[in-house]
Amino acid sequence: MADPTRIVVTDDGPALVTGPVEVELPDGSRVRSDRAVTAVCLCRRSRRYPICDASHRRKARQEGTDA
Amino acid sequence: MTRALDTRTLDTRTDRSGPPLPEPRGPLSAAVVDALRGGPVRAVDVDHADPYGDDLQLALHCCYELHYRGFDGADDELEWDPDLLRLRGALERAFLAALHTDVEPSDDVDAEVEALLVEPVGPGVRGLSHHLQREGTLAQLREYVAHRSVYHLKEADPQAWVIPRIGGAAKAGLVTVEHDEYGSGRPERMHSLLFAEMMTELGLSDAYGAHVDRVPGETLAEVNLMSLCGLHRSLRGASVGQFAMVELTSSPGSERLVRGMRRLGCGPAAIRFYDEHVEADAVHEQVVRRDVLAPLLAAEPGLAADVVFGIRASLLLGDRMQDRLLGSWERGESSLLRPLPAG
Repeated sequence: MADPTRIVVTDDGPALVTGPVEVELPDGSRVRSDRAVTAVCLCRRSRRYPICDASHRRKARQEGTDA
Repeated sequence: MTRALDTRTLDTRTDRSGPPLPEPRGPLSAAVVDALRGGPVRAVDVDHADPYGDDLQLALHCCYELHYRGFDGADDELEWDPDLLRLRGALERAFLAALHTDVEPSDDVDAEVEALLVEPVGPGVRGLSHHLQREGTLAQLREYVAHRSVYHLKEADPQAWVIPRIGGAAKAGLVTVEHDEYGSGRPERMHSLLFAEMMTELGLSDAYGAHVDRVPGETLAEVNLMSLCGLHRSLRGASVGQFAMVELTSSPGSERLVRGMRRLGCGPAAIRFYDEHVEADAVHEQVVRRDVLAPLLAAEPGLAADVVFGIRASLLLGDRMQDRLLGSWERGESSLLRPLPAG
């Protein structure tokens, strides 16, 4: 029997899913990823939801010193 | 292939010819290029050379390329020429000594990684991808891609050297990322090929080494650090640190470049390369932290300071390259030593 699919839930960002995945969204649309590991967005801040784009990162604002 | 393989009967040449030998930029690079043409390796003064300068960095680049694709007109066996290796060693010691002088040491990898994961935002951020997203011209984007081609046309190759030098889970994690860089078994998805397709769409030559004569020492130094760390087992920690720095910081920068390219009306093949890296590197960040850095440091805790050195040295060289490009553009000049043909 094949090994179970491993899903690693990270503490700061996405769930890491091994193997190709297809994610079905509430509207029925499907997003496929063929990567060895796919990062599925859990925070919903991704601009490529349901795929993580690192938008969960903490941001440090820097004001401009010139125009 | 000007030098005969003396007593060897095995033909080590490959069927493709490498790029042409670069134009020397001083006594060190002239000594290396002349040796690659088949001449003797001259004695040169490395101690008084600028370790980040064009001459030393081009000399190192030429030494390292023997381990990748070689050069048209250079015997492939020069890769293991003792005189050339001795010169390379002197160049490397000068480069490494400068980096160790300029990089603050630390062995706190966690703090270093945490710092890399904070994304600076707002109008005060000075960065190449920020500039290209907001206001860079198409000419500047083409220059940027020409600079980056020195690495991306061999993307993942310098880090492949470290695979046999680490073990266990860290090796498996690193190969997971490298496998993705090489297209996960699908040649049409290799990142180096996606980069070449972007170059073609931007009207740039995608020939390996085509832009080396145009890029300054700052650009060569970034890639030379990768080769230096990859080719020395003693620098395996720094190699992993350099690799981690790229994978941890590239996703948001790639997103900015995608936006810049859309703003400039670039075509789909151009956008695809950085678009792919937004998602790929969001995954690679996680894999590098959990499956490479953590097991590597568990197995070899003594490498922590080297990992931080690799991260900070790459950041330092990245900043130098960025200052060079943005400085040129702010003065209204090209960042290249020689102009690009019109696209």
